Amino acid sequence: MASLKDMRVRIASTKATQKITKAMQMVAASKLRRAQTAAEAARPYADKMSAVISNIASAAAGSPGAPALLAGTGRDQVHLLLVCTGERGLSGAFNSSIVRLARERAQSLMAQGKEVKFFCVGRKGYEQLRRLFDKQIVEHLDLRSVRQLGFVNAEDIAKKVLARFDNGEFDVCTLFYSRFRSVIAQIPTAQQVIPLVVEAGAAANTTSYDYEPEEDEILTRLLPRNLAVQIFRALLENNASFYGAQMSAMDNATRNAGEMIRKQTLVYNRTRQAQITKELIEIISGAEAV
Amino acid sequence: MATFHFDLVSPEKLAFSGEVDQVDIPGVEGDFGVLAGHAPVVAAIRPGILTITTGGKHEKVIVLGGLAEVSEKGLTVLADVATSLAELDRAQFAETIAEMEESLKEHEGGELDHAIERLDHYKSIQQQLTSTAMH
Repeated sequence: MASLKDMRVRIASTKATQKITKAMQMVAASKLRRAQTAAEAARPYADKMSAVISNIASAAAGSPGAPALLAGTGRDQVHLLLVCTGERGLSGAFNSSIVRLARERAQSLMAQGKEVKFFCVGRKGYEQLRRLFDKQIVEHLDLRSVRQLGFVNAEDIAKKVLARFDNGEFDVCTLFYSRFRSVIAQIPTAQQVIPLVVEAGAAANTTSYDYEPEEDEILTRLLPRNLAVQIFRALLENNASFYGAQMSAMDNATRNAGEMIRKQTLVYNRTRQAQITKELIEIISGAEAV
Repeated sequence: MATFHFDLVSPEKLAFSGEVDQVDIPGVEGDFGVLAGHAPVVAAIRPGILTITTGGKHEKVIVLGGLAEVSEKGLTVLADVATSLAELDRAQFAETIAEMEESLKEHEGGELDHAIERLDHYKSIQQQLTSTAMH
């Protein structure tokens, strides 16, 4: 049986842990608010962008000269999985659920005889995927030094992906991230970005536009940009999801620590009382013996 | 005067949204103004100054490239970067230009042409800032 002093030390250390998790929860909550506003601020642009693109693309997709980013390379042999995860842990299942989705996709693709490559954004995803697919990770990018996610970060990633696409290194690119629905619900999502999937509903909307400059020239400008926008959106959604997941994970941890402190204190008090009783009995029986 | 709905969005925020009288846009193939009832058009934008006119008041916004879409619902400008004139850090802008001049040496061929073209646009913005756009 642990001595009273040991138990006191253990209770104190649990209390210290609880303070840390509590603080982390509050920090995550305040960062979540910022991340959420940023994610919401980016939505109108991404929505408008996809609306404009699907408008032009539905007209251009049928034509033989459609750009490869829209029409694809005509094959789907090599897949690039662009996996965006967080830089830090202590956020519940946030990172692992994204990685799991990517891993399952990769395994089913490989079972079909396709080749799979990985592009990891974020340290945590890289660390987990490295164990399984070390050779297949073609690139990995750390955003740890980035304090405020800006559009330039997304543009940077998009450029790297496009350079590989132009080199013919892959045929299909799928983006993995966690969509933020609410603080308790983050949905790991896979979204195909190359070739672009035009929503079927948008094709029905046929406003005949004048184009300035030519339609295909606008499209060639717009498609790489759209990729950056989609990545940017994914990064922001991811960021909000991360803090949401961290907040609920830390809330759980704080509650568990509270529970543990309660139990330990109970055992401590019982032991203390038992010891006092034992000492009393010793004194009394000692006095009786005299 | 008839008004129409105008949205100016950049990836990071919704920079402007509301009813306006007229918007002058720096298009790739020349500046053009948009009034209510404009024909549907999709146009690429070069780096330049976009002017929003509402009730006789002008508001100038610097856009660094992007796309304008006019539909029956109104005008939407997807700007790569949108900075209102008041927010612009002139010193930083000058610095960007200097940096671009510096990096010209690294480009070659078609890329050099693009870089020079872009630099020219930036310089013309700067010139407008220091002369006409000031009042």
